[in-house]
Amino acid sequence: MTDHNQQTNINKPVVGKLLLLVAMMFGFGYALVPLYDVFCEVTGLNGKTGDQVNLTSAPVVDGSRLVRVTFLASLNESMPWEFKPQQSFIEVYPGKPTTINYIAKNKSKESIIGQAVPSVAPGLAAAYFQKTECFCFTQQELKPGEEKLMPVTFIVDSELPQHMNEVILSYTFFTSTENNQVSQPEVALSLNQDHKL
Amino acid sequence: MRAVSRPLGLACLLLASNPLYADYQLNLKPGVTSFSQGAYDIHTIVMWICVVIGIVVYGAMTYSILKHRKSNNPSPSQFDDNTTIEILWTVIPVLILIAIAIPATKVLLDMEDTSNSDMSIKITGYQWKWHYDYVGEDVSFFSNMSTPKEQISNQAAKTENYLLEVDNTVVVPVDTKIRFLFTANDVIHAWWVPAFGVKKDAIPGFINESWASIQEPGIYRGQCAELCGANHGFMPIVVEAKSKEDYLAWLDEKKAEKVAAAASAEKTWTMDELMAHGETTYNTNCAACHMAGGEGLPGVFPGLKGSAIAIGDVAKHIDVVVNGVAGTGMQAFGPQLNDADLAAIITYERNAWGNNAGDMVQPSDVKSAR
Amino acid sequence: MNAVVEEHHDHDHKPTGIGRWLFSTNHKDIGSMYLWFAFTMFFVGGALALIIRAELFQPGMQIVEPEFFNQLTTLHGLIMVFGVIMPAFVGLANWQLPMMIGAPDMALPRMNNWSFWLLPAAFGLLLASLAMSIMGMGSAPNFGWTFYAPLSTTYGPDSTDYFIFSVHLMGISSVMGAINVVATIMNMRAPGMSYMKMPIFVWTWFITAYLLIAVMPVLAGVVTMMLTDRHFGTSFFDAAGGGDPVMFQHIFWFFGHPEVYIMILPAFGIISQIVPTFSRKPLFGYSSMVYATASIAFLSFIVWAHHMFTTGMPVAGELFFMYSTMLIAVPTGVKVFNWISTMWRGALTFETPMLFAIAFIFLFTMGGFTGLMLCIVPADFQYHDTYFVVAHFHYVLVTGAAFSIMAAVYYWLPKWTGNMYDETLGKWHFWLTCISANVLFFPMHFVGLAGMPRRIPDYALQFAEFNQIASIGAFVFGFSQLIFLYLVIKCVRGGKKATSEVWEGAQGLEFELPSPAPFHSYTTPPEVK
Repeated sequence: MTDHNQQTNINKPVVGKLLLLVAMMFGFGYALVPLYDVFCEVTGLNGKTGDQVNLTSAPVVDGSRLVRVTFLASLNESMPWEFKPQQSFIEVYPGKPTTINYIAKNKSKESIIGQAVPSVAPGLAAAYFQKTECFCFTQQELKPGEEKLMPVTFIVDSELPQHMNEVILSYTFFTSTENNQVSQPEVALSLNQDHKL
Repeated sequence: MRAVSRPLGLACLLLASNPLYADYQLNLKPGVTSFSQGAYDIHTIVMWICVVIGIVVYGAMTYSILKHRKSNNPSPSQFDDNTTIEILWTVIPVLILIAIAIPATKVLLDMEDTSNSDMSIKITGYQWKWHYDYVGEDVSFFSNMSTPKEQISNQAAKTENYLLEVDNTVVVPVDTKIRFLFTANDVIHAWWVPAFGVKKDAIPGFINESWASIQEPGIYRGQCAELCGANHGFMPIVVEAKSKEDYLAWLDEKKAEKVAAAASAEKTWTMDELMAHGETTYNTNCAACHMAGGEGLPGVFPGLKGSAIAIGDVAKHIDVVVNGVAGTGMQAFGPQLNDADLAAIITYERNAWGNNAGDMVQPSDVKSAR
Repeated sequence: MNAVVEEHHDHDHKPTGIGRWLFSTNHKDIGSMYLWFAFTMFFVGGALALIIRAELFQPGMQIVEPEFFNQLTTLHGLIMVFGVIMPAFVGLANWQLPMMIGAPDMALPRMNNWSFWLLPAAFGLLLASLAMSIMGMGSAPNFGWTFYAPLSTTYGPDSTDYFIFSVHLMGISSVMGAINVVATIMNMRAPGMSYMKMPIFVWTWFITAYLLIAVMPVLAGVVTMMLTDRHFGTSFFDAAGGGDPVMFQHIFWFFGHPEVYIMILPAFGIISQIVPTFSRKPLFGYSSMVYATASIAFLSFIVWAHHMFTTGMPVAGELFFMYSTMLIAVPTGVKVFNWISTMWRGALTFETPMLFAIAFIFLFTMGGFTGLMLCIVPADFQYHDTYFVVAHFHYVLVTGAAFSIMAAVYYWLPKWTGNMYDETLGKWHFWLTCISANVLFFPMHFVGLAGMPRRIPDYALQFAEFNQIASIGAFVFGFSQLIFLYLVIKCVRGGKKATSEVWEGAQGLEFELPSPAPFHSYTTPPEVK
């Protein structure tokens, strides 16, 4: 019979290393979260535009071409606001700062705090779309019935690839709650006149 | 030749139109856009390569099973390696894969260029319907499945486009580069029309894009292609491609409809008008959950027949329908339906199935409640 | 390879009563428990599939509500993946690995016990949510076995939290099992058995164990993120809070793709043991088989986004994942060619294990072809989320992994029980299963190409005929498994006595032991030359 103590001793280093590997992979799973964001910023995939950009010097303006920026507005779930862009598109020179407005109105009887989430299409254009001022940087509170202008100041970088001549900027307003849980109705397998079981 | 082909063609036509003839579609179809045709072509190439490889591999196996059974070949060889052949059957597959990768890459690169589109449509996936917004045209509408509940529950015969029909179709012009912009209102959905070769996820909070230029006028049907909850299988897509002139005419019609709807919101409706319009609109928009008979699904969707809300305070009833109930599955229908539709639905709910609220709700009542 | 066999009849007493099973530290008993657990779950998951196929027999809703249908498809997937295929392979590992390497037991016998008993607990929890759903107390998980956010986070039913706990338990079980496998193989091989002399089944499990250790913790991470999103205010996957639903898919599939290789590599090992035996020839290209398995495992980490081609990835990403996925065809092809070369000019006989192994090679390859078609991005836009995908993965998992498990059971049952199983019944089981599996799954290719999406409880009229055919195949398939159950029980209870060798041409240390293998075997390690 093999010596039991010997056997335990042989296994300890292997098991120890494997447990370490397990812990590292669990950590890696969580590390994928910031890694994903880094990857998104670097490649612009998923159209996530970056945070507020602070200009240190006047950007280079490319007067040789116009880029059309189309504005879209969406509301999430049953958010009781009206939300639309003041104009459906604008044509800009890359490099020139431009300000446009969205209009939001709270149609409900309660004060609501909203969070706007931006998204840019094509995804690869997001890296060239910079915002110096945006209502999406902060939460927005509207009192019942209140209507507000929501400005965005953006610059389409002059480095935007030549074949891209239209960029879509879309915002979705979400209700900002602590725990965005929508309770699904309880499902009962009832004896309904239409269905058996 | 003609003497044979004509009657033969006629026979085939008769056969194909016979409703008893089973529609055994075995393969993808080329479709009506360069996407769908590109997809069909590369699918065909890869499929045939697999068939050829399959014939060789399965052929060798079958041969071995027949010829090398113990009864035929009682003394087995004992070879267990052969470096040359191993190198060959590693390298040759790599070459075959490269031969596939080249056309596949080309088809994909052609597909991904959305620039220079002629028009854009924003498509939003909801649980469980689609919303279409023609960007810059002020035309937008919801598109619900219009297959009646009775067909689904086997109480009525199923019609030809069972589960693939909607109340408002998406009308588009042919030979126009249409840019599709996708997002979702709640969970991830996916918009798919096989004839276009377009399938893209609709993700809440994000915009995805694709494009198509449709070569042939016609009606094209698709379905949601990402599990999105209970009625994932019941949110179809119907696109009608028309000539450019017909499309523009349709666009004008839609704008006129909007004006008319606003006008009809001004007029006073009779009880009969409200109930008739209410019944059809209720069945399209509400019966999926509350059922055609108003009984709901106990424990899941509240019944309206005999319910306190439907017989009680009108203002509260209007509020529930227009603004929804936060935190539950009852959506806000204010943004989805016009005043006349909402007034008709609410009136119907208050007076159908034995409910006897007795009152009428006018479109102007709904408008002031918004 | 000679071995010195030791027999310890006088030490072959087993513990008695329920304690024998609850507290077992014996790899054979634990292996049997895993296998019986998997077999039971096979019938449970199969019953759910039959309800699904009954509903899909005709257009229209006849039997269940759409919401419940989603619960059925979710639980069917979870049970088959985590409750049948994985535990069955672990059961085979437990039974076979120590014997094959000449070891007395697994390296960590007590942890082995825990690994097993976590599974009934995990599935008890999951099945309880189904029972509660049937009794009208809320939905069981209804978001697909892939549980994408936000359907599973913001919109998930209350039972989602039990689902998360259940997944954690299964994950811990798998990880502990995998650590045990690695430690056993590294430390307990008989003297003289170098790595390149190990049986190929041992190699495939060695590599699978590393995959498990690498990716199960990532699954644990993603379900924990779900839990905190649901209850503790985080926003990993919720756009409102700055999160991203697509990130869920990336993290899930980073686990998910290696997971499907975890479910097939042991199958490759089994086929590589069976085919040489019934060809009476050594395995062709042993070292290439080892390297091919390792390459497949490595490649499995860099292909995950081929499940996500419609999410809106940039072209560069789509191309990368298309190319990397295509590459996997190369080592997989090598394996198929090696199996055929093993058969070539052998002296083949076609007992039931060999029938299943040959069916595996034919039909898994079929699944491989559709896999190649699926990874071509422009074509995938037409296949994704349709029945074409359902056909693909059922070919590789049912006629692939499940057939290999059946083959393994037929192959090793005489060694475990000491009795030959009834060969006539075995052949009936094989032919009914093989034919009905094809009747069930082949038409799914057609309806998928014709435009039928997956995870729908009702469908348009043009899909009716093939769905009807598939449903008939499903019922024949399901009921044919009762033959297997009967056969296994009959074999356990008695039958023609099996020799040590069991099969003419069988090689390996397990075939140097008596049949049935003694409760404690190789307590003194054999010498391997």
